[in-house]
Amino acid sequence: MSTLLELSGVSVSFDGFKAINNLAFQIGEPEMRAIIGPNGAGKTTFMDIITGKTKPDEGRVLWGEKSINLIGKSESMIAREGIGRKFQKPTVFEDQTVRENLAMALKNPRGPFEVLFYRKSAEGAARIEALAEEINLTEQLTRKAGELSHGQKQWLEIGMLLAQDPRLLLVDEPAAGMTPAEREKTTEILVEAAKSRAVVVVEHDMEFVRRLNCKVTVLHEGSVLAEGSIDHVTQDPEVIDVYLGR
Amino acid sequence: MRKSFLAENPSVLWFLACLGLFTLGVTLLAEATGAGVISTSFVKTLGKVLCLCLVAIAMDVVWGYCGILSLGHFAFFGIGGYAVGMWLMYARTETIVTQNLAERTIPATATEINDAIATQIFGVVGSSEFPLIWAFSHSLFLQLLLVVLVPGLLALIFGWLAFRSRVTGVYLSILTQAMTLALALYLFQNDSGLRGNNGLSGLQNIPGFEAVPQSMISMAFFWASALALALGYVLFARVLSGKMGSVIRAIRDDEARVRFLGYHVESYKLFVFTLTAIIAGIAGALYYPQAGIINPAEIAPIASIYLAVWVAIGGRGRLYGAVIGTAFVSLLSSWFTGGGAPNVNLGFYTIQWTEWWLVLLGFSFVAVTLFFPGGIGMIFDRLKKDAL
Repeated sequence: MSTLLELSGVSVSFDGFKAINNLAFQIGEPEMRAIIGPNGAGKTTFMDIITGKTKPDEGRVLWGEKSINLIGKSESMIAREGIGRKFQKPTVFEDQTVRENLAMALKNPRGPFEVLFYRKSAEGAARIEALAEEINLTEQLTRKAGELSHGQKQWLEIGMLLAQDPRLLLVDEPAAGMTPAEREKTTEILVEAAKSRAVVVVEHDMEFVRRLNCKVTVLHEGSVLAEGSIDHVTQDPEVIDVYLGR
Repeated sequence: MRKSFLAENPSVLWFLACLGLFTLGVTLLAEATGAGVISTSFVKTLGKVLCLCLVAIAMDVVWGYCGILSLGHFAFFGIGGYAVGMWLMYARTETIVTQNLAERTIPATATEINDAIATQIFGVVGSSEFPLIWAFSHSLFLQLLLVVLVPGLLALIFGWLAFRSRVTGVYLSILTQAMTLALALYLFQNDSGLRGNNGLSGLQNIPGFEAVPQSMISMAFFWASALALALGYVLFARVLSGKMGSVIRAIRDDEARVRFLGYHVESYKLFVFTLTAIIAGIAGALYYPQAGIINPAEIAPIASIYLAVWVAIGGRGRLYGAVIGTAFVSLLSSWFTGGGAPNVNLGFYTIQWTEWWLVLLGFSFVAVTLFFPGGIGMIFDRLKKDAL
């Protein structure tokens, strides 16, 4: 397992409030990692920094074998480097069909002219079918994404993420608002994905995190409070104090 | 490829068939080529409406599909008109001047001819010299190139600056509006080089075709406008089909999400903005020879707002909606403002439509926005749904 992403000394503040404070973080490939932490711990800002939405005040974000610095790169460039992101609220293109949503995410050249002259290929279609099966949406391919249930939208978004074929997946609260059965399926999808890539899951639900059965990083006030197995961190007195005890 | 594209988009074929039938009908009824039921001036009106439909589908692509509410596309339309108008005016004045000077015993030198043309054109703004921007006006080819290049480059530079700074929504609308206003105000100046508020006139006289009656010239422009609309429609339908259309609509709905999918949103917006500006320029170049005159008032911000109103009433996000809205509203407008509609006497007050038409239009715009967001085009969507 080699290091895929490394953050060191990263800090960012908004109007004097330190959202991320001297944060250090590492993830290898393949690896599954869960990030937990109370509200305002900086989980979303952490993802914003990696994906280029927020520029940190200081620190380094290094990516891949060549240790490319991601700071200053645009969101689309970072996405093309191989970082996919799933938002807390499912954001799929509701006006378009499930197939169109997946086709857009499919790993292909992203320039306007390449897309303009893009031809549908049997290979692409097969890939979409395979993805749809993986996320349980084969029957829904021709339906508009807006007609899907909340859980299905979450899956579609995960499917779009997988279609991008990223090396690192950032997943924000994937199980929010899901039924127990849907959660189980989501766990399956994520565990499967983590066999070949790095997956970072931000989640509130401890039961869900426990089921992922992976290393856990606890964030608090913008830096890492504890790291280790779920049993290790849940027994850490500091963690209990700031998070679990409440 | 082409065949499968048309087969996948039956609405394009429907549109082309309707446009073809309409063109044929007008041809058969016109003065020059048919029964003579339709007057030359009405042929010109219809030809102009077709050009407006072309700029409206461009507006629909940039606004209805890509979500950029540009209030500046009529500026590109006007620039196209000015570009072609410069050649028309130059060439026609040249013919007249050469004829006049030929009657003299000593043949005129090239400089004398040039000065005479300049005096003829710029006398109204107190100048007798060609401004720099008229450098290419002697050449039809170069001016036609400018019809495409000037709106294209302006849109490219403006769009690059605006999109790069991530200006979106209403702020972008205000910026485009400001661009239009600045351009119109500049052109209003006498020393702008484009004859100030006099604008360019006599554009209906096509140099080299003096012997051809206006009824025939108007027919030719009508056909050209219909062809341009057909080609523009197919072009846009092609751009909006498949994955490109998918990405463009996705940008309208959630551009941040599109970025995280790895698409460089700014490039796409720039592509759409520039392409539609070029088509708007071409539409303008076909429109103004039929109108006969162009002046800076044509570029005033209100014109671009009308464009948005037409597209909204027709139903944005549907190419045919933009065509229907534009044809419907602009023809209705010329009926009301041309005194076609009978005034309504309320006893205590008489509603004169020439004045009240704008109020009516305003109310319809509000009503459509609030109650029928799909506009007139929604009727077709219903029919399509029923048919399935």
